[in-house]
Amino acid sequence: MAGLTLASPSAEPQRRGYSPWRETWRRYRRHRPAVVSAVLLLLLIAAVVLGPFAWRVSISDMDVVAGLQGPSLAHPFGTDDLGQDILARMIYGGRISLAVGLAAMLVSVFVGTLIGALAGMSRGALGYALMWLTDLFLSLPQLPLLLMLIYLFRDGLKAVFGPEGGIFILIVLVIGGLRWMPVARLVRAQFLSLREKEFVEAARALGASPVRQVVRHILPNALGPVIIAGTIDVAAAIIAESTLSFLGLGFPPDTPTWGRILYDAKDFLDIGPHWALFPGGAIFIAVVAINFIGDGLRDALDARKVI
Amino acid sequence: MSQYVLRRLMIAIPSLLGISLVLFIVLALAPGDPFGELATNPNVPPEVQAALRAKFGLDDPIYLRYLHWLAAMAQGDWGFSFVSRMNVDTLILQRLPTTLYVIGSAQLLALAIAIPVGVYAATRPYSIFDQIANTFAFIGFSLPTFFTGILFILIFSVKLDWLPFVYSTDIKATGIPWVLEMIRQAIMPVMVLGLFQAASMTRFVRSAMLDVIRLDYVTTARAKGLGQAKVIVKHVMRNAMIPVVTLIALQMPAVFGGAIVTEQIFRIPGIGSLLISSILANDTPVVMAVTFVFACLVVLFNLIADVLYGWLDPRISFR
Amino acid sequence: MFDKDLRTMIDDVKDGRMNRRAFVQRMIAVGLTAPMANQILAIGGVAMAQSPNPYKPTKRGGGGPLKLLWWQGATLLNPHFATGTKDQDGSRIFYEPLASWDADGHLNPILAAEIPSIQNGGLSADAKSVTWKLKPGVKWHDGKPVTADDLVFNWEYATDPATAAVSSGTYADMTVEKVNDLTIRITFKQPTPFWANAFVGAYGCIIPKHLFAEYKGGKSREAPNNLKPVGTGPYKFVEFKPGDLIRGEINPDYHMANRPHFDTIEMKGGGDAVSAARAVIQTGEYDFAWNIQVEDEVLLRLEKGGKGKTLYAVGGDIEFIALNFTDPNTEVDGERSSMKTKHPILSDARVRKALALLVDRESVKKVIYGRAGRTTSNYLNGPEEFVSKNTKWEFSIEKASALLDEAGWKIGGDGIREKDGKKLKLLYQTSINGPRQKTQAIVKQACQKAGIDVELKSVVASVFFSSDVANPDTYAKFYADIEMFQIPMTQPDPALHMRRYHSREVATKDNKWQGRNFPRWVNKDFDAAVDAADTETDPIKRADLYVKSNDLMWQDTVVIPVMHRAAVEACTNSLRPALSGWANQTDNLQDWYREA
Repeated sequence: MAGLTLASPSAEPQRRGYSPWRETWRRYRRHRPAVVSAVLLLLLIAAVVLGPFAWRVSISDMDVVAGLQGPSLAHPFGTDDLGQDILARMIYGGRISLAVGLAAMLVSVFVGTLIGALAGMSRGALGYALMWLTDLFLSLPQLPLLLMLIYLFRDGLKAVFGPEGGIFILIVLVIGGLRWMPVARLVRAQFLSLREKEFVEAARALGASPVRQVVRHILPNALGPVIIAGTIDVAAAIIAESTLSFLGLGFPPDTPTWGRILYDAKDFLDIGPHWALFPGGAIFIAVVAINFIGDGLRDALDARKVI
Repeated sequence: MSQYVLRRLMIAIPSLLGISLVLFIVLALAPGDPFGELATNPNVPPEVQAALRAKFGLDDPIYLRYLHWLAAMAQGDWGFSFVSRMNVDTLILQRLPTTLYVIGSAQLLALAIAIPVGVYAATRPYSIFDQIANTFAFIGFSLPTFFTGILFILIFSVKLDWLPFVYSTDIKATGIPWVLEMIRQAIMPVMVLGLFQAASMTRFVRSAMLDVIRLDYVTTARAKGLGQAKVIVKHVMRNAMIPVVTLIALQMPAVFGGAIVTEQIFRIPGIGSLLISSILANDTPVVMAVTFVFACLVVLFNLIADVLYGWLDPRISFR
Repeated sequence: MFDKDLRTMIDDVKDGRMNRRAFVQRMIAVGLTAPMANQILAIGGVAMAQSPNPYKPTKRGGGGPLKLLWWQGATLLNPHFATGTKDQDGSRIFYEPLASWDADGHLNPILAAEIPSIQNGGLSADAKSVTWKLKPGVKWHDGKPVTADDLVFNWEYATDPATAAVSSGTYADMTVEKVNDLTIRITFKQPTPFWANAFVGAYGCIIPKHLFAEYKGGKSREAPNNLKPVGTGPYKFVEFKPGDLIRGEINPDYHMANRPHFDTIEMKGGGDAVSAARAVIQTGEYDFAWNIQVEDEVLLRLEKGGKGKTLYAVGGDIEFIALNFTDPNTEVDGERSSMKTKHPILSDARVRKALALLVDRESVKKVIYGRAGRTTSNYLNGPEEFVSKNTKWEFSIEKASALLDEAGWKIGGDGIREKDGKKLKLLYQTSINGPRQKTQAIVKQACQKAGIDVELKSVVASVFFSSDVANPDTYAKFYADIEMFQIPMTQPDPALHMRRYHSREVATKDNKWQGRNFPRWVNKDFDAAVDAADTETDPIKRADLYVKSNDLMWQDTVVIPVMHRAAVEACTNSLRPALSGWANQTDNLQDWYREA
């Protein structure tokens, strides 16, 4: 069988630890905080995805008499001022917050890297045009822009993707679409420097196409700041989502998300500290986990470092 | 190089014009109007609101409004606030000193923390110091300023009663007491904002340093017997500075733009709070002026960063 | 009792056969409150007893600084341009009207020598003219005397369309003429039973002719004194930073004895309501904070510290849910919610009644408004003689469900009612504001229990309350099934308040949605009652007409009143502010003092 004979020679170098992906995985496993973080993040995701099956309390059931109670057996995370169960709201909100955070981060990193790389490689009008675009987006006042976007696109997206899906797409695009500029600037700056380095020149001399130069040689060396920016963006996106609902752009006002719960709790900080503690803690854990995963990836991808 | 700078400045003019056009269109298309507050007042008939709109030209076509704005701007007229009925430049100038003082100090604090901590943490990756620095950074950017601001107020103003939390532009003192009071009331906002900025900046500095610190030439420098401090400062930092310079160039215009949330919490009459209240009131001339100055600064600092790249890494060529 | 006996009694008081006190006591005996009795007397043609605010200081000044905290800072200081109450409050420090409303809804003379009445010849029997007399010897802050010319000028200034004054509506449909140096006469085009609008209250503040005469009309924005007020008020202007700070100092020539009490005044703007309450109640950095719309639970907690307290001023502000009588989802001739359509669900009175049964006002009061709210079934909540006793609210999911069953809406498989294959689903919109979102959540939960699926929508206030024609999210367009907001009552008279629901006020594309009847409700009886009340000079008949129109709205469930709201202020323990639910907070600033 042709397939088998082809497969077996490639198995040979793998055993010698030659495949870069294997190597990366091996290095990643060595980074203990990153491994712990990956497990933690998976647990967090499992908790918010599977949580509703284990904790069957409604997110909207109110009991105004039992408002602002601290953690108890009936309400492990306590209740908010309307007497709603914070644990149920955290589980429900976690799905949205994590999904928005990760998706928006991917959008901003992808757009930022693409534009930054193109601007960094181009030596002509394209570079200027892209930097102009970046400057434009940096100077746009976000609030009126958001209001305009809602007004132009909300109903259209709702019609196509349904109310929940439409809003999710809008939020991810808005947050991602307004946060890619620092990534683009960073990537471009790295590219300007890297494209003149000897190893890139060597690749060019060997006849590597510009795409190959970028993907194989420059980009992996420019990833450091990108990963940092990406991991910070997750936190920023989770919090940005909560401010969007105050503009009427986000999910309906009764939909809990971590950022939103934290915002609602801020005025009750001295009365019911538990209310702020749980969403704040959850955001913190998610952020720490994602950042350590980023650190681990960064170290694992850096071939110079010997672990 | 000077030719390059000159050319970039020439390009800046049409690109700023383009930016101003887009800004204007966004502001004009965004819903809302400056006289919304009148709407629920039964004493003010709706015709009054409509007459005001017409009087201020809000019902004119967008291109006409833009051309008016552009023509006035070209003559140095920044426009006239619908809400305050005074000149926009007076409004902005009134707020500039406070913004520069508070937001500027916060940025300086952020840099003063981020660069040494980031550099030191990178020289000892995964040491205790690095771990602690990282943890603080994570706390820093996972807690939004609206939250830390209130936390600070509860601790330092309400519980301990050490610091005032309403920023006053009008301190009744002169000389040393005035200076002390100015410092005292700026402590909390500067800390809240500075620490938030420092958190992410530390991470960037650390990462940029780590990228460079393992390169061969650093090992060579060490092998030549150069001292650790000299290696770090002369060889590593200069090469690691490219992302850091980019970030600082991104942050500097923000000093002018202000920090909306922090200004709101501590009642700092800065440009950020002017901007947000003008946006909410749809006071287009003010929003336009603030964002346009901001855009000019963004373009300018982008250029400065590019020039600095050339100095940091002479191989970078600009044509 | 009423009509005939009351009329005889009023006549008795007029002729001196019965004294005021006896009249008021009789009225209290039949269940009315003192202010209401006074009001009845006033409109019945008896000079109103002044109820001056208690004022203890025996000399001018000496009270130290007064520090006020407004979480929205004043952006301009010309009362004729004041867009929001923040601007009115700021300019009121320096400018004064002829009279302002006190806590009981009575007129309190400020620049006027006395309140016009039929007795003193100030009011005409046909309600077509008012004569005001100025207090003699009042001087502007620059020393020039205040005269009738200034009053006439203010009317000219405000009504000149080129001035673009916000107060133009206050001075419309009347002419103002000078009788002598200290007297003016206002002549109305129509009989106007409520005559105390021009020159009274926030928009009645008077600016000096000698400084603004050159800047009437198109040049109004160039007046240097727009930013440097020269008025007659208790404090003289020192400094103004728009949106941030106003400072003033005592006016040593103030026209009222022993007033003002404070040596300097400072009004700081910006921030949010909760931290404003903290700065007054918890830390005492400031003396007084304005409009503390904060959950009662938070306020109660803050008050435990003991440095300050909250104060409540009751007026007629009503928070309510309006129901759409037209179809928001069908577009006819370029507009949704068109008068040519009928709401597919809400045009059935039983569904509207069911919705009214699903608003749990008690919970809303308990968790959100607390001391700042009163549950009510009326749209019109004051002054008392206009308040209907014929309505009663109820919260009952069972009764609502029964009504919905009766209307043919049957519970479907998913717990949501349906009829003819259509789901019972409503869009509920409001502006973005903490208490409103919580109210939405409470109403939504009750609706869900009754099988109604409610989708919540909240819009930024500046967009929701805007009047730009292209904007689909305004409360006037009402592209939703139900919407909630608050209508303040800025004067103790229901005329403006009730006129909104006249059928000629329906908001449509033709009037660019400037009509104020958002439910698009049409009822001939209501129209007739409101029209009659507009020119009815008999106070008792007039009050009856307004009670009737309120009841008509109730019977038809045009709106669901949620909360009769009071203004909430925070104040340090020693400060004695003079507040009124019928006026802005600074309208009686001259009477404020600090207890030693």
